Amino acid sequence: MSVWAPSARQIERARITRQMRRRRALLSAVVTVTVLGAVLAVFLTSPGWPAFRAYFLSWSDFKGAFPSVSQGFWLNLRVFLVAEPCVLVLASLVAVCRQSRSPWLAPLRLLSVVYTDLFRGVPSILVVVLVGVGTPALQLNGLPTSLFWLGTIPLVLCYGAYVAEVLRAGILAVHPTQWSSAEALGLSRTQAMWRVIFPQAVRRVVPPLMNDLVSLQKDTALISVLGVWEALRAAQDWQGYHFNGTALFVASMYFLVVAVPLTRLTDWLMLRQIRREQGR
Amino acid sequence: MSALLEIRGLRKTYPAAGSGQRAERVVLHDITLSVAPHDVICLIGASGSGKSTLLRCVNLLEEIQDGVITFDGREISDPRIDPRAVRRDIGMVFQAYNLFPHLSVVDNCTLAPALVHKVAKQEARTRALELLERFGLADKAGAYPDALSGGQQQRVALVRALCTRPRLLLLDEITAALDPELVGEVLEIVRAEAAAGMTMILATHEMAFAREIATTVCFLDQGRILEQGPPEQIFGSPREERTREFLARVL
Amino acid sequence: MRMRTPAVVAAVVLTAASLAACSAKNDAADDAAASPTAGGSASAGSCAPADLHLYSAGKLTVATDSPAYAPWFKKGDPSNGQGYESAVVYAVAKQLGFSADQVTWVKEAFNNSYTPGDKKFDFDINQISITPERARVVTFSDGYYTANQAVITLDAKKAEASSLDGLKGLKLGAVTASTSLSAIRDDVRPSAQPLVFDTDDQAKQALLHHQIDGLVTDLPSAGYMSSEIAGSVVAGQFANSAPEEFGLLFQQGNPLVECVDQALGALKDAGTLDQLQQQWLSGMENVPTLQ
Repeated sequence: MSVWAPSARQIERARITRQMRRRRALLSAVVTVTVLGAVLAVFLTSPGWPAFRAYFLSWSDFKGAFPSVSQGFWLNLRVFLVAEPCVLVLASLVAVCRQSRSPWLAPLRLLSVVYTDLFRGVPSILVVVLVGVGTPALQLNGLPTSLFWLGTIPLVLCYGAYVAEVLRAGILAVHPTQWSSAEALGLSRTQAMWRVIFPQAVRRVVPPLMNDLVSLQKDTALISVLGVWEALRAAQDWQGYHFNGTALFVASMYFLVVAVPLTRLTDWLMLRQIRREQGR
Repeated sequence: MSALLEIRGLRKTYPAAGSGQRAERVVLHDITLSVAPHDVICLIGASGSGKSTLLRCVNLLEEIQDGVITFDGREISDPRIDPRAVRRDIGMVFQAYNLFPHLSVVDNCTLAPALVHKVAKQEARTRALELLERFGLADKAGAYPDALSGGQQQRVALVRALCTRPRLLLLDEITAALDPELVGEVLEIVRAEAAAGMTMILATHEMAFAREIATTVCFLDQGRILEQGPPEQIFGSPREERTREFLARVL
Repeated sequence: MRMRTPAVVAAVVLTAASLAACSAKNDAADDAAASPTAGGSASAGSCAPADLHLYSAGKLTVATDSPAYAPWFKKGDPSNGQGYESAVVYAVAKQLGFSADQVTWVKEAFNNSYTPGDKKFDFDINQISITPERARVVTFSDGYYTANQAVITLDAKKAEASSLDGLKGLKLGAVTASTSLSAIRDDVRPSAQPLVFDTDDQAKQALLHHQIDGLVTDLPSAGYMSSEIAGSVVAGQFANSAPEEFGLLFQQGNPLVECVDQALGALKDAGTLDQLQQQWLSGMENVPTLQ
């Protein structure tokens, strides 16, 4: 039995391929450096650069604003950590309800349609203001008065509508034979939905769900209009008081620190999903 | 012996599809079929002849437009009947997409016994592993469906249907979507179950197999049972011209 | 690869060239903007209308936020000459030699008034406090009003709100970026985090709906608000050791400020500013000082 060794021609081909690859890499590097360098040059030589830098990138203001923006961001994080599970629960219930055929759930089905249309149609910031200002105005006993909830609830309502539609799309995308299989085994529609269809739907729509999650994290800044001390409010307050915008830069940095790992994770999950489906 | 399943005068239509068609589409005309315990009925016929639809009607996955279906002496085509109660005793395996991809093989098999038949989890698991062992799939018990070949998936689907101890098994062209070399292993299980006395109705393209295991063969053509009888008769000396044409094409 | 290289090189060259062209155009545009209307700013002495450094020749362009709140303006219309700030502007304009209809008003949100870049007004009047830090970014005129901070509460909380200690336990609020917030932080140091609002209106709503127990704002605004809210009272004013002044806000380095300062000085000497304050900002003499 002979062991394979590459022929002379193959060795030559491999050498040429390596050389071509190296040239390509070099060209990529040169192009990147040149273009980025040119962009940077335009920035740094623009006549307004000193003023821009003094306004947005002032180190003393960075240090000064850092504590209060940090304190504010902690509130954003808390709102996000509470809102996200609430969004998922609400959206799941709405999505499944829309697909149900039970006569008992008929009014809820109608409500679900109205709900998703309404809250996808009104800008989130309006909902925050209407709920945040309107609820205390009603002066009803039993309604939440804490601003944390007055800010979180509108976010949950708005995002719940979007995520419900995403989940519904996932449910509809599950192969109809899965329903038949489940029913043929004797499962009720409810059992089939929660044990068979819904788990598959969720797995399918993980990338868009993650996208909505990142978006929600950013939109916690909307509750600033209610007067609570969150990151954006803290930054704007510093800006307005000191006439310097570096605080906004600090706030952006905080949001990025949370969002970038989440978006990288989303990308990875999405690519893994695609590879799985295509490799089947 | 009284029939396990009795179908009389079954009619199934689909509503008019687009604006062009005036009338609805009649998929099954006046089907009459009697299935005794331990019978193996093979439905053969061209695509679109109504084999799958007939099976789905028996399992109450489709609504019928006329006729009576009686199972074990009770009319199951009554709208007041709870289909779930019927499906406890009738098992069905489809052509593809049977298994639940998010559950492992053994979880797939124990889901229905636990939820529908209220069998204790451990007992359901034991039975599932027993059946998997019997059909050579014991080492795949913990695997997920996407790690199995098409043939293995269909075999697991059969095991899953058997875990619920059905009295009647409906098989809808279960080998049609498989590569030829995988067909044999699936048919092995069907053969074993038929030998063990399971009552079955199967729609199939595998003529040799049908000839081997069937007690009755029904030839469906455009929604009607054109001819039915023992396999020697249907395959050996078919009465109808269209049966002969069909067999000439597929054999 | 061999055929694509020239295309790639060409693309790189084109990108670099267009970026360079952009920056060159910026320079050219800036040169044009550097010398706007009516020159003569070199001669610092002359404050005649024809020699003034104006945004729009022949007119005095004044900016303020919208809505324009009382008692600084009346009926939301800065051009009716009513309200303290409106009256001050027309008095300054007259002093500079402009007639009333030569004054043009523009809307400018507070947050935009101090950002870097060219301004679309001559000056902005909006109860803006002069601080040294702010003066590094914009140019202020001399002060036209000395502002004290005060706290409004609903009657129910009046007793607590009459002392600094009592205020500590209340939920307080203020409008953003204002010295009111510093008054809360430095003088009261409350146990609960104060709420910070974008506008006076929002703060007023919060007070009405019991989201806050007390609202801190400048004394005249406090007085006006409490006249609008039934069952409210100005519980007290803060003793200001270093009182702040409201000033007119100019673009950094705008030479117009010198002439405006001259005008303000003349108005102060003539007692006009005092008279206007009496006319529009009175009624707050009896507010006790918080201890």
